Amino acid sequence: MLEIKNLQASINNKSILKGLNLVIKPGELHAIMGPNGSGKSTLANVLSGKIGYEISGELNFRGEDLKKIPVEKRAQKGIFLAFQYPLEIPGVNTNIFLKTSLNSIRKSKGEKELDTLAFLKLVKEKCSELGIDEKILSRQLNVGFSGGEKKKNEILQMKILDPNLSILDETDSGLDIDALKIIANGVNSSRNDKKSFLVITHYQRLLDHIKPDFVHVLSDGKIIKTGCGELAEELEKTGYKKLN
Amino acid sequence: MKQQELERTKEYKYGFTTDIESIRAPKGLNEEVIKFISKIKKEPRWMLDWRLKAFNRLKNIKEPNWQKPKYPAINYQDLYYYSAPKSAQDKPKSLDEVDPKLLETYAKLGIPLTEQKKLSGVAVDAVFDSVSVATTFKDELTKKGIIFCPISEAIQKHPDLVKKYLGSVIPITDHYFATLNSAVFTDGSFVYIPENVRCPMELSTYFRINASETGQFERTLIIADKGSYVSYLEGCTAPMRDENQLHAANVELIALDDAEIKYSTVQNWYPGDENGKGGIYNFVTKRGACRGKNSKISWTQVETGSAITWKYPSCILQGDNSVGEFYSIAITNNHQKADTGTKMIHLGKNTKSKIISKGISAGRADNTYRGLVDISKKALNARNYTQCDSLLMGNKCGAHTIPYIKNKNSSSIVEHEATTSKINEEQLYYCNQRGLNQEEAIGLIVNGFCKEVLQQLPMEFAVEAQKLVGISLEGSVG
Repeated sequence: MLEIKNLQASINNKSILKGLNLVIKPGELHAIMGPNGSGKSTLANVLSGKIGYEISGELNFRGEDLKKIPVEKRAQKGIFLAFQYPLEIPGVNTNIFLKTSLNSIRKSKGEKELDTLAFLKLVKEKCSELGIDEKILSRQLNVGFSGGEKKKNEILQMKILDPNLSILDETDSGLDIDALKIIANGVNSSRNDKKSFLVITHYQRLLDHIKPDFVHVLSDGKIIKTGCGELAEELEKTGYKKLN
Repeated sequence: MKQQELERTKEYKYGFTTDIESIRAPKGLNEEVIKFISKIKKEPRWMLDWRLKAFNRLKNIKEPNWQKPKYPAINYQDLYYYSAPKSAQDKPKSLDEVDPKLLETYAKLGIPLTEQKKLSGVAVDAVFDSVSVATTFKDELTKKGIIFCPISEAIQKHPDLVKKYLGSVIPITDHYFATLNSAVFTDGSFVYIPENVRCPMELSTYFRINASETGQFERTLIIADKGSYVSYLEGCTAPMRDENQLHAANVELIALDDAEIKYSTVQNWYPGDENGKGGIYNFVTKRGACRGKNSKISWTQVETGSAITWKYPSCILQGDNSVGEFYSIAITNNHQKADTGTKMIHLGKNTKSKIISKGISAGRADNTYRGLVDISKKALNARNYTQCDSLLMGNKCGAHTIPYIKNKNSSSIVEHEATTSKINEEQLYYCNQRGLNQEEAIGLIVNGFCKEVLQQLPMEFAVEAQKLVGISLEGSVG
């Protein structure tokens, strides 16, 4: 699914990722943990194609070099990023945003665009599956949403767009236990042998609900340790310092 | 078409010209030309006298120059004041008699003139250069006593109404461009809705400047008698020419007791090329009088075209409890300039006004909101709410808000809110990450910004306007 070799990324001449290697196969869920400033969000941004970074190294997604592909094309190819801080867009109805988004992705794949009725049916289905109140859909996109509502909205979008690779950038931060369960449920119910996940988190808490295949520790722009689920538990007890 | 032209047409799809033989008045502005116009329109003597009175006044006044966008001096002697397709000289009596080339032009513009499109239920009057070409749905409107016809026809057939109301909101002693219009106006629409009649369909006029070196001076007069209602729409396009063309229209609305007029404009005159060459000077005077008690006038404008837009659709709230509304979207891109807003003149008791203005600037454009809220001594308990929002794209454009408030009555409440924001890179990134390309993302964000105004437009035009908003801003974020 995703192959990263010796990835270096810098912004404003400040080097952030310093030779990162990572391979994610279809069906796998990888968790990335690491202290503040280790480059976790930069990795998410670089994978999604955010502009402003100087990049070198290899970045292959399903056999294609991602580096020259712009953000929206990557999204159309099935890369989804759940934002750490989802943006507010005043005046734009959440439903309409989601429908526009889904239809441009469908269009790019040569699929038929969904009409309003079919779309609403799909949304209703996903909302009840996740236990999300449909009311947020008729509100302006993320405007006046609580932190939890914003994150739930990201997961709802993930469910509807049905991407190949979902990147969750600290989606669990600042959530109460009920919201956390909704997020975890959203991820778990999407897992199958074709879909891959990259979950960025500070805490082991989320990984109690989502069982990762691999846990990586990112520190100073590199992956310094890789293990399975137990590594996260270990980190929770000892902190990152011991690893350095 | 040459490649270059093709490229240009892609940006402004109404930029074609129609090769139609036309009849023109001699070039220049003088009494002879005014007499020519009056004669060709078969006008009664009183109308000619009215025009000449305006012309005499014009000689003694000067163009205003307080506006923000400046323009090179206009040589009024170098313009044609009347141009009409030759075949329309003997007025067509039905659509079948209209020059097929004209119909083709209107078809290109997407105007529902032809029989099949009549199903869409919008009655249309189309003004091509200086004359009205066709008015649809006439019979059905006549049954209800509604008059919807070219103003030149109304002058002949309904002289009492015209005499009573023409110039009663915009007098011939008004400012330069309004007075110029009174002297040389050529055509436009006339609407009269009788007492207690609710006009069953949207009335619409499409204006099209075709001939070169021609000014367009249309005049529209709408009268809503007691207890009546009408919703009226106008749309405008023009071919692409390197010269600047003047468009100085006058629109007068009169609402009597308990009447309501809703007036919507989608203005898409040629804005000039990306270097600021050519384009229409849109210097228009629009004014409505809420003359009766409980009357209401609502202006909605979507201004995306023109090199310079300079207009203030206004409401004079004379009747007690009358309501004035102004909803505006002004989009300027490349070198376009706009200085637009409204005047709300509160004279009656319990009068209310609401102003929602959305200005969007991109490229090197400059966008000014200028508005006046004037509350007189007698306007007890008057209320005004004003909201002016500006959206900037890029860092070479400008947005200005100039509100004037004159309040002579302590029982009134006046509120003003203004915001200026920039399209945020992060918002665009968020949309891109959801599969939307740059243009789609901008279209979505801008339409969200304009939503309150777009909602005011009648359904079928709201869709058009939404698309137009997207097109006008294409390529504006690099």
